[in-house]
Amino acid sequence: MTVIKNLTKRPRPAGWRLGQHQPTPDRWLAPRPTSQHQPTRPPANTSQHQPTSQHQPTSQGTRHRRALTAMAGFAAALVLAACGTNGNSGTGGSDQSQNNPPPGGASTSGTVRLVTHGSFAISDDVRQLFTEQTGLTLEVLPADDAGAMVNQLILTKQEPLGDAVFGIDNTFASRAIAEGILEPYVSPAAGPEQTQYAKDGAGQLTAIDFSDVCLNADLTAIPQGADLTWDDLVKPEYKDQLVVENPATSSPGLAFLLASIAAQGEDGWLDYWEALKANGLKVVSGWDEAYYGEFSGPSSQGTRPLVVSYASSPPSEIPDGADKPVTAAALSTCFRQVEFAGVLRGAANPDGARQLVDFLLSDAFQGDVSSKMWVYPVKPGISLPPGWAEFAPLADQAWTIPAATIAAQRDQWLAQFTDQILG
Amino acid sequence: MSRFVLPDAVPQVPSERPASARPKGVIRHPPSWMPRAGLATLTAIPAVFIALFFVWPVVTLVAKGFVADGQLDLGGFGEVMGKARTWRLIGRTIAQAAAATFVCAALALPLAALAWRRSFPGRTALRALLTAPFALPSVVVGLAFKALLGRGGPVAFLGLDQSFAAVVAALVFFNVGLMARVVGTFWAGLDPRSEQAARVLGASPWRAYLTITLPALMPAVVAGGSLVFLFSATAFAPVLILGGSAYTTVETEIYLQTAQLLNLRAAAVLSIVQMIVVAVALWFGAWARQRRERALKQAGRASREQAGILMPPATWRSDWPGITAAILAGGLILAPLGNLVYLSFRTSGGLGISNYLGLAARPAGQPYSLLDAAGRSVLIGLVAGALALALGLALAVVLSRPAVGRTARRLRGLLDGVAMAPLGISAVTVGFGFLITLNREPLNLRTSFWLIPLAQALVALPLVTRSVLPPLRAISPRLRQAAGVLGAGPWRAFTTVDLPVLRRGAMVAGAYAFAVSIGEFGATAFLVRPDTTTLPVAIYKLLARPGSGNLGLAMAGAVLLATLTMLVMALAERSDRNYATV
Repeated sequence: MTVIKNLTKRPRPAGWRLGQHQPTPDRWLAPRPTSQHQPTRPPANTSQHQPTSQHQPTSQGTRHRRALTAMAGFAAALVLAACGTNGNSGTGGSDQSQNNPPPGGASTSGTVRLVTHGSFAISDDVRQLFTEQTGLTLEVLPADDAGAMVNQLILTKQEPLGDAVFGIDNTFASRAIAEGILEPYVSPAAGPEQTQYAKDGAGQLTAIDFSDVCLNADLTAIPQGADLTWDDLVKPEYKDQLVVENPATSSPGLAFLLASIAAQGEDGWLDYWEALKANGLKVVSGWDEAYYGEFSGPSSQGTRPLVVSYASSPPSEIPDGADKPVTAAALSTCFRQVEFAGVLRGAANPDGARQLVDFLLSDAFQGDVSSKMWVYPVKPGISLPPGWAEFAPLADQAWTIPAATIAAQRDQWLAQFTDQILG
Repeated sequence: MSRFVLPDAVPQVPSERPASARPKGVIRHPPSWMPRAGLATLTAIPAVFIALFFVWPVVTLVAKGFVADGQLDLGGFGEVMGKARTWRLIGRTIAQAAAATFVCAALALPLAALAWRRSFPGRTALRALLTAPFALPSVVVGLAFKALLGRGGPVAFLGLDQSFAAVVAALVFFNVGLMARVVGTFWAGLDPRSEQAARVLGASPWRAYLTITLPALMPAVVAGGSLVFLFSATAFAPVLILGGSAYTTVETEIYLQTAQLLNLRAAAVLSIVQMIVVAVALWFGAWARQRRERALKQAGRASREQAGILMPPATWRSDWPGITAAILAGGLILAPLGNLVYLSFRTSGGLGISNYLGLAARPAGQPYSLLDAAGRSVLIGLVAGALALALGLALAVVLSRPAVGRTARRLRGLLDGVAMAPLGISAVTVGFGFLITLNREPLNLRTSFWLIPLAQALVALPLVTRSVLPPLRAISPRLRQAAGVLGAGPWRAFTTVDLPVLRRGAMVAGAYAFAVSIGEFGATAFLVRPDTTTLPVAIYKLLARPGSGNLGLAMAGAVLLATLTMLVMALAERSDRNYATV
């Protein structure tokens, strides 16, 4: 608390932004991508990972489907079920493993249930590979949003919904750890990058991927969109042009709110949002509604040229016949989001859950995340889809806030936002 | 909570003196016409069901908000009620419900005069049109209004998207028919001679209406209005779909606080606030109902013959308010539905059935097709409807019996209140309560098929009970006494006196229970798992993800859901008419 107060006053200490060469853990720093993480053009043979059509919303990564609007999906995972097929962990007794002895001598069999958010996606062949390697069948239990998912896991922790969890992000990590829903586990597959991304993981969470939530601009309406700053957004020429997600119901919305708090300071952010509101801000429930419904980009149906989305959104906005996207991310407004996986406390198949976490760090899955979920893998040296190097660069300096601070303040910030900005 | 209301949810004009109005001096016998054991069983089954699947989950959830570290902590009240936002929410909730009630009443009075007091060709069709929206799933209605008022919609220029007016319009859509029916059936039963006398004495039609008829109608208006208010104050899906993020009511705030912010204290306080609002509305309605019964006794009741003879043909001159209201209400009902049907056929290449063909395919990223979801909805709806019907009939029989003695009366009053309580408790609270209570042995239903049918049956139960109870209560106890005197045993008396009445209402009540179940959204959305997703939840999910043809698919799914509901309702009404003529 005191740390924040000191840090959030303008002028901001330089240490707040990314790009410091020696990040100190106390400050609001995000890990800076190492050089291996800089987007690289993938080798030709990975091009099949590219979404089938860059111009169709359907090809937009499901990673973006973070609309927490849906109470519908909220509970999807809640009641999700311990279907009877699991629980054979460690016995190796199922027919499947007897008939098809898994290569590599995996000793587990049965099903492993992964609780995750509604944006989770995995290629069929990667899923198949998991079964081949471990003898386990992967059952995916999707909720709709990371925040709602963590809440479900907390409410049902006496009898967990599944064995492993994927998709807890750095805005909810500390709540998950504090509520004791996770079993300590450090994957042997975790490399040195974990200390960079999972410094808040407390030996319970393993970083799997990361992404930048940034303001996206329709360049046909705002040619200088990539260079927009926080101060620009409250100027009269951008009146009625911005649509954001409600931070109480959407994880990109929350990420953008946190970025604004990091940038504007704890004393100044509410005034800043009041100014945005006075400048015609529109708040909608979730990412899909904001991006497809309100944004004016080529795959959207709306009229507002500014939207909160991801740094990796522009590559899917290349019109027919053009060679570059007509949208761009304003990289000075980005929040670094890291997604974690972990083993649920009281899991019916903890052994399988640990194998699953290991698998999420394998080259196969790490190579899958950017094309399926539009995020960057944490492992260095994994190739990325075409166009990412040019059109989906990460922010040099992303805003971030330490998990402990988020944990302490998030509810209050959301209440203040809800009370004053939404009304 | 639920958007549905049974046509008979408000007691009809009693055909005889109400059962409670016994002649003074008659010795109160214990209800020997029915074996006590049987009555006890009939009481116990619904009571256990309600205790287990309603009281326990809801109390557990609410208690979570008021118990901290094993100690009672009521600090949440001060904290939540001290916020300006809370009062804004309560104000908005009440304003929304009051506005919907007012508009419904304003339309319903002339509509009732037209459709229940005049004869004209198409009267049956008009009544059917007005009452059909009751049974429509709330998700369908939310979607239909959004498509009408939202961007690209035919009346988008009105700028009503995500506005108070949009939500109120959807609530009026649901409830105007209910109001018209309550007022209309009451009006048709009024003795017309008072008004005629006023006219003979020289009063103008307006003066006679304002001084004689309107005051006589007030009890029905208040009773219907209290129901409309109740349903409007607890509406969930229409507010969620039409209101946008800035528009929250107590009901949607309970969802937000529970599911998104995990602030159970705030959710519990708001749940109690909602219960109070609903209790006041219900009490007001009950009070009006009593007054109405008294008023009817005093004013006398039109005989069937009078009612039939005194139904003059409608003319523009005498009925222009009714005709105007019918056009307005008809437009309000038909425009969104027509637009919905149109949009369900609209594809990127003109009109076609590709959206409907798409129902059989799995949408991107979903493990089921809408047709799968529809099949499951029907199955769940059948189970839940049967459950609600059986329990509701049992409850109605118990509640229609005269209670002898203070304790029995109190117990019955308690059962009556608790049985109606699901109407006033947020469906979100019920769904969430299920999740945190029914997850342990011996009642571990988390993965069970029964979880959703149980929740839906609970939501439908008060509606079934309310629909079959009034005719049962209207049976004069003398009929049963007469049966007993003539030598019939308790069972025989029940089968000859009560059963025919029950059987008549049961078809329609069962159909409504089914309609409520397949349209239920609030609780179900909390309970679905990927392999038990129901059609309304699947439609809502598509709606939250516009783009890539999802909207067209959602429209086609909504039309399918609405058609299913209407079909079942129409079949039930038809068979009910057949019974009636037997």
